[in-house]
Amino acid sequence: MSVLAAGPVIPTFGKGSSCVTGDHTFCWDWVQSHWSDTLWPALWQHIELTAIAVVIGFAIAFPLALLAHRFHRLEQPFGIFSALLYTIPSLALFQFLVPFSGLTVTTVEIALVAYTLVILFPNIVQGLDSAPQDVLEAARGMGLTRRQMLTRVELPLAVPAIVGGLRIAVVSTVAIATIAATLLPKGLGYPIFLALKEPTPFKTEIYSAGVLAVALALSCDALLVGLRRVLAPWASKGVA
Amino acid sequence: MLLDTANLHTFIDAFHFIQHNTGLLATKALEQLELSAAALAIALVVALPVGVVLGHLHRGSTFAIGTSIVGRGLPSLVLIAAFLTVLGIGFVNNMVALAVLGSGPLLTNSYDGVERVDRDVVEAARGMGMTGWQVLRSVELPLAIPLIFTGIRVAAVTIVATAPIAAIAGGGGLGDIIVNQASYRLAGVLAASILAMVLSALVFVALTGVQIAVTPRGVRRTSVIGEPQRRELQ
Repeated sequence: MSVLAAGPVIPTFGKGSSCVTGDHTFCWDWVQSHWSDTLWPALWQHIELTAIAVVIGFAIAFPLALLAHRFHRLEQPFGIFSALLYTIPSLALFQFLVPFSGLTVTTVEIALVAYTLVILFPNIVQGLDSAPQDVLEAARGMGLTRRQMLTRVELPLAVPAIVGGLRIAVVSTVAIATIAATLLPKGLGYPIFLALKEPTPFKTEIYSAGVLAVALALSCDALLVGLRRVLAPWASKGVA
Repeated sequence: MLLDTANLHTFIDAFHFIQHNTGLLATKALEQLELSAAALAIALVVALPVGVVLGHLHRGSTFAIGTSIVGRGLPSLVLIAAFLTVLGIGFVNNMVALAVLGSGPLLTNSYDGVERVDRDVVEAARGMGMTGWQVLRSVELPLAIPLIFTGIRVAAVTIVATAPIAAIAGGGGLGDIIVNQASYRLAGVLAASILAMVLSALVFVALTGVQIAVTPRGVRRTSVIGEPQRRELQ
């Protein structure tokens, strides 16, 4: 059930330059020689895990948020539920799901989607609720129907909050997806686990995979900030 | 490969495991709480004053917001592994890594809490002749308590929920069992996972209770979970 407990570990260093065998702080040559067989595949798998989770999470959270926006009574219960769900340790949740869906990508994605829901749902609801009363009055005065108010007023005004939620969801998912390596040999967490399994943890592998994970999170965040600039140019003044 | 097949019977086995290993599980849970408490203490001492002072001075908003974004983007696994290479395997490494993780929400929320206190109120306090310190102590801090406490709660839950991962770096706690299927079998792994979930949920519930208790009555107009919860997720 866990890669950590499973079988013999293939040594990822031991051959190579004196830098690598001596486990110096950082060996650029190891990164170069293992980019195509270790780091790049791990990075790509990581992007896949994250993208699937966020897309499915958004597809579920968005209609739910529309419902909650329409029927406000649903908000508080879901808020408490999602706050509780977010307290679940990822390592434990992954293992907890294994009896249901096995050592599969599905297990990993169920957990990741759950975490994105918890972030996306409240942010979308908050965005939809954020339209000022005057604006809504004006829209009603112009004769807009409830549906028109949603699509022409509330949704556009909610864009900054929705993108804000997406930023947190993507960045957190990139972080949590490293833990997926406890179940599957996938993602940037896996090289780190392998490096930790060595008699002395192999520093170069930890640092390079770690830097890639952080860089991935930050570049996704930057992309989404760019998206917000395009979709809601009015919202970018003075907001980080 | 040591893989027992995982199915729904595993849950029954897990409950048997809990029955027969209460002592072991209690010890591990306690270890995890110790590690978490130590990490939270460090984060409180380091991050909280920084956030409060920056908020009071209305400086460093980029720093405070940046910390929260970078904090979320730092995978706990990466942090623990990276500190391990510097500090070696064991308690200290994990404590420091977890403290760094907890510092993000603490700093952001305490900064936010103090910074967003109504300027008019602060002006009025100054007009009454209060010094900067008095304004901070008697006006800004009481008004900021709900958000500061949200920060403490989020930090504590983050730390307790991340602590199992510390087992990878010799941290002890329930994670020791979760990552060691070879010794504890599937039932043990599942049992420890369930307990780890219960533990963080308990910490969350307990701290929410404390939060409601310490929030000054006058500032309690909104539900403690509702409003600040959304803020922290922004």
